[in-house]
Amino acid sequence: MPMRPTDISDPEYFHKVVDCQWACPAHTPVPEYIRLIADGKYTDAYMINWESNVFPGILGRTCDRPCEPACRRVRVEDEPVAICRLKRVAADYKDDITDLIPKAPKKTNGKKIALLGAGPVSLAVARDLVPLGYECTAYERDHVPGGLMRTNIPSFRLPAEVLDEECNQIINMGLDVEYNYEVKSFKEFLKLDHDAVFIGTGAPKGKDLNLPGREEASKNIHIGIDFLASVAFEHVSKVGKKVIVLGGGNTAMDCCRTAVRLGGESVGVYVRSPQADMKASDWEIEEAEMENIPIFENHVPKKFLVKEGKLWGMLFEKVTAQYDENNKRKLIPTGEPLVTVECDDVLMAIGQDNAFEWIEKDIGIEFDEWDMPTVDKKTMQSTLPKVFFGGDAAWGPENIITAVAHAHEVAISIDLYCNNLDLIERPAPHVFLKSSKMGLHEWSYDNGYDEVNRLAVPHADLKSSLKDRKLEVELGYDEKMAFEEASRCLNCDAQTVFEESRCIECDACVDICPEDCINFIENDEEEALRLNLRVPALNLAEDLYVSDILPTARVMVKDEDLCLHCGLCAERCPTGAWDMQKFFYMGAQAKDGCSK
Amino acid sequence: MSFIKKPSVHHPKLPTNALGLNRRDYEGALSTLCAGCGHDSVSSAIIEACYNLSIPAHKLAKLSGIGCSSKTPTYFLNKSHGFNSVHGRMPSVATGANLANRDLVYLGVSGDGDTASIGLGQFCHIIRRRLNMLYVVDNNGTYGLTKGQFSATNDKNSKSKKGEDNPFESIDLAALAIQLGAGFVARSFSGDKDQLIPLMTAALKYRGFAFIDVVSPCVTFNNHSQSTKSYEYFREHNEALGYLDVIPETEEIKVNYKEGSSAQVQMHDGSKMILHKLDKSHNLYDRGNSIKILNDHQTKGSIVTGLIYLDKEERDLHDTINSNQKPLNILTEKDLCPGSKGLDYVNASFR
Ligand SMILES: Cc1cc2nc3c(=O)[nH]c(=O)nc-3n(C[C@H](O)[C@H](O)[C@H](O)COP(=O)(O)OP(=O)(O)OC[C@H]3O[C@@H](n4cnc5c(N)ncnc54)[C@H](O)[C@@H]3O)c2cc1C
Ligand SMILES: Cc1ncc(C[n+]2csc(CCOP(=O)(O)OP(=O)(O)O)c2C)c(N)n1
Ligand code: SF4
Ligand code: SF4
Ligand code: SF4
Ligand SMILES: [Mg+2]
Repeated sequence: MPMRPTDISDPEYFHKVVDCQWACPAHTPVPEYIRLIADGKYTDAYMINWESNVFPGILGRTCDRPCEPACRRVRVEDEPVAICRLKRVAADYKDDITDLIPKAPKKTNGKKIALLGAGPVSLAVARDLVPLGYECTAYERDHVPGGLMRTNIPSFRLPAEVLDEECNQIINMGLDVEYNYEVKSFKEFLKLDHDAVFIGTGAPKGKDLNLPGREEASKNIHIGIDFLASVAFEHVSKVGKKVIVLGGGNTAMDCCRTAVRLGGESVGVYVRSPQADMKASDWEIEEAEMENIPIFENHVPKKFLVKEGKLWGMLFEKVTAQYDENNKRKLIPTGEPLVTVECDDVLMAIGQDNAFEWIEKDIGIEFDEWDMPTVDKKTMQSTLPKVFFGGDAAWGPENIITAVAHAHEVAISIDLYCNNLDLIERPAPHVFLKSSKMGLHEWSYDNGYDEVNRLAVPHADLKSSLKDRKLEVELGYDEKMAFEEASRCLNCDAQTVFEESRCIECDACVDICPEDCINFIENDEEEALRLNLRVPALNLAEDLYVSDILPTARVMVKDEDLCLHCGLCAERCPTGAWDMQKFFYMGAQAKDGCSK
Repeated sequence: MSFIKKPSVHHPKLPTNALGLNRRDYEGALSTLCAGCGHDSVSSAIIEACYNLSIPAHKLAKLSGIGCSSKTPTYFLNKSHGFNSVHGRMPSVATGANLANRDLVYLGVSGDGDTASIGLGQFCHIIRRRLNMLYVVDNNGTYGLTKGQFSATNDKNSKSKKGEDNPFESIDLAALAIQLGAGFVARSFSGDKDQLIPLMTAALKYRGFAFIDVVSPCVTFNNHSQSTKSYEYFREHNEALGYLDVIPETEEIKVNYKEGSSAQVQMHDGSKMILHKLDKSHNLYDRGNSIKILNDHQTKGSIVTGLIYLDKEERDLHDTINSNQKPLNILTEKDLCPGSKGLDYVNASFR
């Protein structure tokens, strides 16, 4: 069947074209805030972020940034726009925003909501619900808010002031926090009779490795996330000179970088797999490498070596990775002699688990064979209707931005639930599409293509950094750099909108398009059509924009994949059949208590 | 026209030709013509044809006169030789250049005003001489650059944008070219690249005088409802004689063609032209017949497109005057100095 004309009235069609926003779990309107930064309107840029992702200053330093690999600029020229670090720019240069943050209404709605844990997910749920009049109380085991952002993300990546500012913003809206309150029996807790309960207790248990010698050497073997927490709370201020870090994820990177700051002179990361398969983000690995921390790949730990009750080293087996036809990996021992590595301390950063032993199994919350609660993917509701899950507690360890995305859904669900409404009928996103034409060749955005390469973020001097675990390593862009980096954004939200009734099929747009996006061609099935285009459209993740039938019996087909949003098609079209229209999308939130 | 520079980035999967160049490498400066001008599409077809033929930029000379059409060589092949001559005088510059260096590919771009009015005399003589070149006319039936006066190719009784009648007969440049001895004569449409690009490709290879009359609508002055050179009028009245495929010498013929309705023509360099004829009765090797087809369609009010006339014997001016095989710029003293004996002989012939 030939392709049907594209339905551009479906907001998800153009949303998908904005690759970064589509990839962002909270659907942050990225190009919109990047333009505001280029314009020097940092406060506005911050507020748009705050509305959608709640923690712009924190995320601008720590986000896992799924938007960046998705950024169109990667396909156009390799390096994505520094979306994440631009977010930090908005936070760094904004004005005082106290008055822009909504407050709890004078009169509450009388509904009491309990939030278990005061990590990012609980804070974000409160952010959405407090302005609507809900009486929210967070019950937190620690004496400070922030969850893993506080206890595990080291200060050299996320300074305490930044974290405090954004946690307090929410608390000051009118969230109560009961600190040093560990929920030990959920059955008991439920007796407090809240209208709804949200569980945002994270995945707090670090994985252990039961190898020979573990027991005897336990004094010098530390679970990575517990070690980082002890450092954050200043229970630990130094490590041995020789440190082995086990694991290849981001936690391992934070552990090794913390260790060199606490006196570790010979710190090495030992990974079971090849380095290429490491779970840590490329940029985290780069940072560790910049601090001269070696990574030893294909080393499988076998034994803790103990003498007279004290750890002195570890034994590793060397392996090579083999992949079967399904790309499943097997680690095969090379047969070389085992490798002995001397050490004073071992930090184990090999994963995290959830821990729900405090939830009694007979109170109506269903758990699966892995002891994980059954949670609805969309509504975040558990099998006990008034109990909701989110963040790392829902489906295991993720990241902050995913926690925020969960939080918006949780808040919507709790609001619906407390109003006795159907949780399936969820509010729609906010969308508009309007022409950005200002004149003959003038658009409300800068449509020129900037050939600038991605700008590196300046770093603090390495020597001073390694002496002070609280000194922030990244200094952030200055305003001039921010402007240049912002100009790399292609404004993917400036959508090419085609109106077939105006087209005279003159080919001008086909000829001018720098990326060969546009085709006038006989319609066909999608698979065949993709191959018949001027340049075959092989990136199936990006859609084809297909018009209705034209007078020559052909259709217009635009491959969205590499469009630069340069507007040349619209500038060249003699009849205005192409228009560049600004598309705005903001994901739905509970009654939009935080939107302007 | 547009104000931003066309971005230099291109689709990473853009194919490359035998020289390792992609289509974008054959572009020129950003066009300053009106948005939607047919001439820009013709430029784009030229880019495509030169890319297909893997012509090295320094091996091509682009020549033109005056007019919007004559401005277009700036918008393609910006690394090639170029000469923007005076109004209607491109043929004499082309003749000089070609006689001096027969090794370049010569591509002339002119307009209906530049060719059929002020340059008509030069046009006639360059055809008679069979200069080895491709001569393209971007035919919009108007003087675009000087804001829309009727040109000599504008059809009798068509109207100007303001509603004035054209009382004069029009000149059919294709018929004139056939009559005066051009070897390759075609007509096409800027909005039909499937037809135009292969025609250009074949014409650039043809040795001898190749002429393509390209109907190329002027969106600003001659694309209104009473024009016979508008996008809409052309599409309604177009009668294609056929389509072409050009297969380089080194490649096998893979296109499907039906015996009877298709013909295969061997070109001087060994490559093949496959003609997919839509009008089976058309004998394109016969001058009289080709001129008749042009006349018949004109009387009917339709516009005939495709390859209209072909002289299979590829012959050019150098063959006729038996000139030196080498370009003048590589002749050495040894080639040029006749020696004293030879000089005596030459001198004696003048006594
Ligand atoms: C070392 C490390 C580095 C990381 N770096 C990044 C990064 O750079 N970027 C990123 O996006 N993500 C990072 N993450 C992941 C990120 O921190 C988490 O995904 C995120 O914090 C999850 O938020 P949450 O609110 O669901 O849970 P948490 O942050 O874990 O918060 C849960 C809170 O609940 C409290 N709690 C637990 N049990 C109870 C109980 N029974 N009673 C009361 N309170 C309880 C805890 O004390 C904690 O404060 C990192 C994680 C680790 C371990
Ligand atoms: C000797 C001389 N006479 C007149 C002109 C004015 N003039 C400039 S372009 C032009 C006509 C061009 O028409 P055409 O060749 O059809 O080009 P178009 O702009 O339509 O593409 C004229 C008469 C001139 N430049 N030089
Ligand atoms: S270029 Fe800009 S709008 Fe496009 S995906 Fe990248 S950051 Fe987003
Ligand atoms: S905006 Fe238009 S001209 Fe520019 S890349 Fe996209 S489709 Fe091509
Ligand atoms: S430039 Fe405009 S009128 Fe011409 S083919 Fe493109 S959309 Fe149609
Ligand atoms: Mg003209």
